[in-house]
Amino acid sequence: MPSYAYPPPRLDKDTSTTISSFLRTVILICIAGAAVASREFAVVRFESIIHEFDPWFNYRATMTLTKDGFYEFWNWFDPTAWYPLGRVVGGTLYPGLMITSGLIWKALHSLSIPVDIREVCVQLAPVFSGLTAFATYLFAREVGKDGSRESTGLWAALFIGIAPGYISRSVAGSYDNEAIAIFILMFTFYLWIKTVKTGSITWAAVTALFYYYMVAAWGGYAFITNMLPLHVFVLLLMGRYTSRLYVAYSSFYAIGTLSSMTVPFVGFLPLLTSEHMAPLGVFGLLQLIAFVQLVRSHVPEAQFKVLFRAALGVGLTMIFGGVWFMTRSGKIQPWTGRFYSLWDTGYARIHLPLVSSVSEHQPTAWPSFFFDLNFLIYFFPAGVFICFRELRDEHVFVIIYSVLASYFAGVMVRLMLTLTPVVCVSAAVAISSIFETYLDPVQPDTTEDAVAALTEDDKTKSSKESKASKRSNRKLSSTKSGVWGIDVRAMPIIAFTFLASLFVLHCTWVTSTAYSSPSVVLSSRNADGSNNIIDDFREAYYWLRQNTKEDAKIMSWWDYGYQIAGFSNRTTLVDNNTWNNTHIATVGKMMSLNEEAAYPLLRQHDVDYVLIIFGGLLGFGGDDINKFLWMVRISEGIWPQEINEQKYFTNRGEYKVDAEASEVMKNCLMYKMSYYRFAEVFGGGQAHDRVRGQVIPNTPIQLDTLEEAFTSENWIVRIYAVKKEDSLGRDLKSANAFANGKRKKRVKAAKKNSLRRGA
Amino acid sequence: MPQPATNLWNNYNLNTSPKLKLLDGFQLFLMLSGIAQFLYCLVITTFPFNAFISGFAATVGQFVLTAALRAQVNPKNKSIFPTISPERAFADYVFGSALLHFFVYNYLG
Repeated sequence: MPSYAYPPPRLDKDTSTTISSFLRTVILICIAGAAVASREFAVVRFESIIHEFDPWFNYRATMTLTKDGFYEFWNWFDPTAWYPLGRVVGGTLYPGLMITSGLIWKALHSLSIPVDIREVCVQLAPVFSGLTAFATYLFAREVGKDGSRESTGLWAALFIGIAPGYISRSVAGSYDNEAIAIFILMFTFYLWIKTVKTGSITWAAVTALFYYYMVAAWGGYAFITNMLPLHVFVLLLMGRYTSRLYVAYSSFYAIGTLSSMTVPFVGFLPLLTSEHMAPLGVFGLLQLIAFVQLVRSHVPEAQFKVLFRAALGVGLTMIFGGVWFMTRSGKIQPWTGRFYSLWDTGYARIHLPLVSSVSEHQPTAWPSFFFDLNFLIYFFPAGVFICFRELRDEHVFVIIYSVLASYFAGVMVRLMLTLTPVVCVSAAVAISSIFETYLDPVQPDTTEDAVAALTEDDKTKSSKESKASKRSNRKLSSTKSGVWGIDVRAMPIIAFTFLASLFVLHCTWVTSTAYSSPSVVLSSRNADGSNNIIDDFREAYYWLRQNTKEDAKIMSWWDYGYQIAGFSNRTTLVDNNTWNNTHIATVGKMMSLNEEAAYPLLRQHDVDYVLIIFGGLLGFGGDDINKFLWMVRISEGIWPQEINEQKYFTNRGEYKVDAEASEVMKNCLMYKMSYYRFAEVFGGGQAHDRVRGQVIPNTPIQLDTLEEAFTSENWIVRIYAVKKEDSLGRDLKSANAFANGKRKKRVKAAKKNSLRRGA
Repeated sequence: MPQPATNLWNNYNLNTSPKLKLLDGFQLFLMLSGIAQFLYCLVITTFPFNAFISGFAATVGQFVLTAALRAQVNPKNKSIFPTISPERAFADYVFGSALLHFFVYNYLG
């Protein structure tokens, strides 16, 4: 008869199952509600628009899909992007996101709920984060300890529902691939765990289908591609091969790989690139092992050894030799730069300035782990430790996942996103085992004996009866205090409940302050606390939309390509899909050359308008002067003779824009466009650049080949029109000088004439 | 033939039920078909590469699925697949093969 610390609830089995399943449903619905609600800050505060840069392309593609239909979308050639080249959009994007929202839009319309496609796109991420919470619940339920499966699942769902590490990529309006990818990732992993456990072909086929969806949705599918074979490989090394594993992985690989190749952007990559060689190798290895097992069942052990050695030697040589030969002979492409830079962290900085120019590709600092995950980050190792103690097949998976994802998240800020789910799961394992330990009312008898044994040492002479009476006394008193008493149980439970509620507060605070600001609209606070909205971007983009010819070509740095295409509906030279490095370098070159050298290039590329972002008046830090060095670096990589980064620095090697700036810097197109007529704003006073904190020289800047077409209210966006060639065939500088000089002369001449006439 | 290999062959003949032998025969056929396609690709041309891939993937995939079915219906593996009856295994096999062939036909181009 076990003794209880407190009376357990007396319910018969059916009632308690009913109650717990009811509670589970209610809790999951509440978590999904919290996940959706906490992502709506930006929509409530500002308005329901698409944020950031990349989502604008996704939005435009989705509009094409809903307007023109699926086949048009699939074969879409966009002549307005990458101007002289154009972009085959159908073959260069992951269509999963657009098709998902297109289907939702279609379904809503067929239910007579006429929602605008923009609303579907804005709200897609919050809705899918609710689904992510559910998928994580399923996954964590498989991972949890036997007694606390449900609670592990529910804790994990709660964590992933509101963890800022995931919210940062999935607020309402952030219509990016990651919005649906994390749901598919978790669901694929859940299906995979299910497959490994049951060894059924159906589960494997459904896993492959979701893998297909993942490939269609996000470039991060390579993570799944390598995670699953690694799991299998580690299980093999641990000597855990069973036929279940063979069935699970082989069926998954056969269907999954073929299906992934039907996505046009992926194409033959699963056969040709190094990222996809691990699954192929493990597939081959599994076939070999399965065959060996078959042979083993038919021959005696001694003879088997002979056969086995022969087969092993031949097989391993063939696999490794084959992969090595294919890589060396160029049949298999080596790692792509972006992927390779995860291993060799110095690679991108030296060889790929374009990759390392993106701020998300920098290493992660410690505070951002605490900021994004709060107390989950120190429960995370504890959960991994608990996984080690039990070490079922799915625990091996969680351990591999956590090691890999921790490494990647440490290398690149952006990959914090893939770390967050496993942190949530393993923190849920830890916290649910704490709650399970301290809430369980049963007091183990063995410890009673141990305590009794201890006291026996102290008082060896006391009689058996007195001992027995003491023991019963202790039993009574222990229900109130002592190691197994109510008080000791209450303390950790109160403490961890408190921690968990702090987590909720932290998540809400972080989401509200850090991750819920649309980058299209800037907001600042006035002294009295009221909000001041700076809407220069849209002001300028709409000016372009309404006041330029429909086929005008706009040149800007690649960051703004998608937004110009989305907001202004004009042709751009480069955009955020950075597939052609040379073309981007060309734009960088035009920005960093002086006017005379840049003008022929501008004319060659049919540029009508040049758009730059300038934050010097308002103190907007992300402007083009601050990005300018990257433009120089990227174009220096292609034209080292014409562009030299050193020449843009002062003699002492400083990057300055004030009077000390180098001559090359002062004469480059970007500098001139940024500070054109800037000193006039200050009316003869010191022209102070509020981003750089430097004083701009008062000498007026002369633009010969460009003319100012539009400058937004706070000078954030400045648009210049490129002049046509002079009709008399002079170069524009002398034409301009002539025009200016001539007017002066004429006035003088007229005065002289009038004076003469008067005299 | 060396002693272990003949021993293996005899034991196989003795211990394997006719149904499993039928599956093994099918697997042998798939393997030969795959080898033939691969030789064609090596010797003559890889030109419609997607057609080669889908044909080859069909044989490999079907081989693997049949091997999975063979493992699941083998009475010796009863303890490894406690939840899967032979009928269920066959239904799974049909589902997996149908899905595989859907993608194969889609990819043939």
